[in-house]
Amino acid sequence: MTEKEKLFSKELKVINIGIEMFADDLEKQNVDVIHVNWRPPAGGDLDILKFLEKLEGS
Amino acid sequence: MTVTVIIRKDTYRDSVILMRLSNKVTELDGVLQAGVVMGTPTNKNFLNALNLLTEDARKASPNDLVIALDTQDEKSMAHALSEVDRLLTNRVSKDKNKIVPKTLDSALRNMRDANLVIISVPGVYAKREASKALRKGLNVFIFSSNVSLEDELELKQLALEKGLLVMGPDCGTAIINNIVLGFGNVVNQGNIGIVAAAGTGLQQVSTLIHNEGFGISQAIGIGGNDLSKTVGGIMMIEGIKRLEQDDETKVIVLISKPPNQEISEKVLKIARQSSKPVIVNFLGGDIENQGYTAAKTLEDAATTACALVQGKQVIKNIFTASREEILSIARSEWDRLVANQNFVRGLYTGGTLSYETLILITPLLGEIFSNSPLKPHLMLEDSTLSKNHTCVDMGAEEFVIGRPHPMIDYTLRNQRIIKEGNDPETAVILLDVVLGYGSHDNPAAELISPIQEVKAYAERNGRYLSVMASIVGTSLDHQEFDKQYKLLEDVGVIIMPSNAQAARLAALIATRGAIQDKLFEEVF
Repeated sequence: MTEKEKLFSKELKVINIGIEMFADDLEKQNVDVIHVNWRPPAGGDLDILKFLEKLEGS
Repeated sequence: MTVTVIIRKDTYRDSVILMRLSNKVTELDGVLQAGVVMGTPTNKNFLNALNLLTEDARKASPNDLVIALDTQDEKSMAHALSEVDRLLTNRVSKDKNKIVPKTLDSALRNMRDANLVIISVPGVYAKREASKALRKGLNVFIFSSNVSLEDELELKQLALEKGLLVMGPDCGTAIINNIVLGFGNVVNQGNIGIVAAAGTGLQQVSTLIHNEGFGISQAIGIGGNDLSKTVGGIMMIEGIKRLEQDDETKVIVLISKPPNQEISEKVLKIARQSSKPVIVNFLGGDIENQGYTAAKTLEDAATTACALVQGKQVIKNIFTASREEILSIARSEWDRLVANQNFVRGLYTGGTLSYETLILITPLLGEIFSNSPLKPHLMLEDSTLSKNHTCVDMGAEEFVIGRPHPMIDYTLRNQRIIKEGNDPETAVILLDVVLGYGSHDNPAAELISPIQEVKAYAERNGRYLSVMASIVGTSLDHQEFDKQYKLLEDVGVIIMPSNAQAARLAALIATRGAIQDKLFEEVF
């Protein structure tokens, strides 16, 4: 098991992508969290998104 | 009537912020309709329904913010627009010193030891973000819904390869290291581990365990589709293995709506091999006690876990109170009903709780109509119109287009309470009140006015209306369990310790006790 896998024995360090309320709620629980100012990739164009996904192999 | 639609190019805000903002603007004097949304196809349909889809709005991209307002006059419009501006600016400038990166990569540069990514972007983008996180060696919690089963499978397979967890997609809640992710309740830390493919199911079980004086080691949400044939129960199996290895976990609880049969057998085989006691609550699933303990209800799963964690024998009760006490409460309600008040109307914010009610009261009352029914012929033709006995999941898709979930925004459910209460055939209104992170800050206060209104209306019309509820929450939740209890009790709501007990009591009242023998002799 690598360091990152040992989720249960480590302090949570969270990156939040999307709804900001979830980051706010984690802060209330004194969790270290970074909120990402996400926006739809490729200007929201789904055809370009599919192409990007292929390129990235995701 | 004045309609104004403004497009802000390349301005993204998340759906929760925008829905709250739209609600605030709608409440302003002189505002007839308001939609402040991103330009996605679903949101455009929503604007169309409000007659606010202008040509400009039609052309907006998912990256463009659409501010669409319909007001009585120009003065109201000017005021509403300035309010929109003020509310949008407030959000952005909340904390100027905080680092707000634009991508996962830049976030990681600022937090090299990150170990979890929460993803709640629109479903169509969720897989890309999740796979990026997994490739970086990060566990993920995916709140986003509308991710295909094939994509879910791919993500979960990738996670297994990397030794990581994927909680979701469509995962409402989890409790990891005593931290609540998404919607969930604050509970004691303890020795009971949960793996759940049902969000409010996890909330009901974890809160009941807390309220019995025990605690949760880890509660792993896995999303409602994990036990589908396509996904194959990958994360439930992985979750069991993780809890098996976790020293803090002494007992394991598995929760799901009925899984695919083949997958259920696969998961149960792993459960049987566990060295720790395993309790299985596959709602409505017909499973035997074979190397694990089968629980019929969410409450049954919680009380069994509490007994087993102490090494005690399991005692199963239909109600916490005695038969005599229950009959006395029920009789004092049904005595006041008039002849044609025969039906139970369940109005739920929690999908799993609504489903549990269907499972429990169908054998007692017969057919229950629903927007998520046990059998196809019991599907409501229109989710907004009840028929005979009805149980509605108000968190279902048709109720949340363009508005927040009913756990956050009580408007729709309150309107429905009035509608059901004014129906002379309604005997009992059955509710869930879910507390915790993500939920409304004072849900009982929201419910008081419609409940008082329907009870008074019934009385004016020579009837009595019974209102039953269960509260999913703990004394540690910011809404405070006791405060919520008192507010509801003061307006005549009967509050039961669990959804299962509330549902059973509702059935007992609606039938004037006719089902009591069947109910009290129910075999677990």
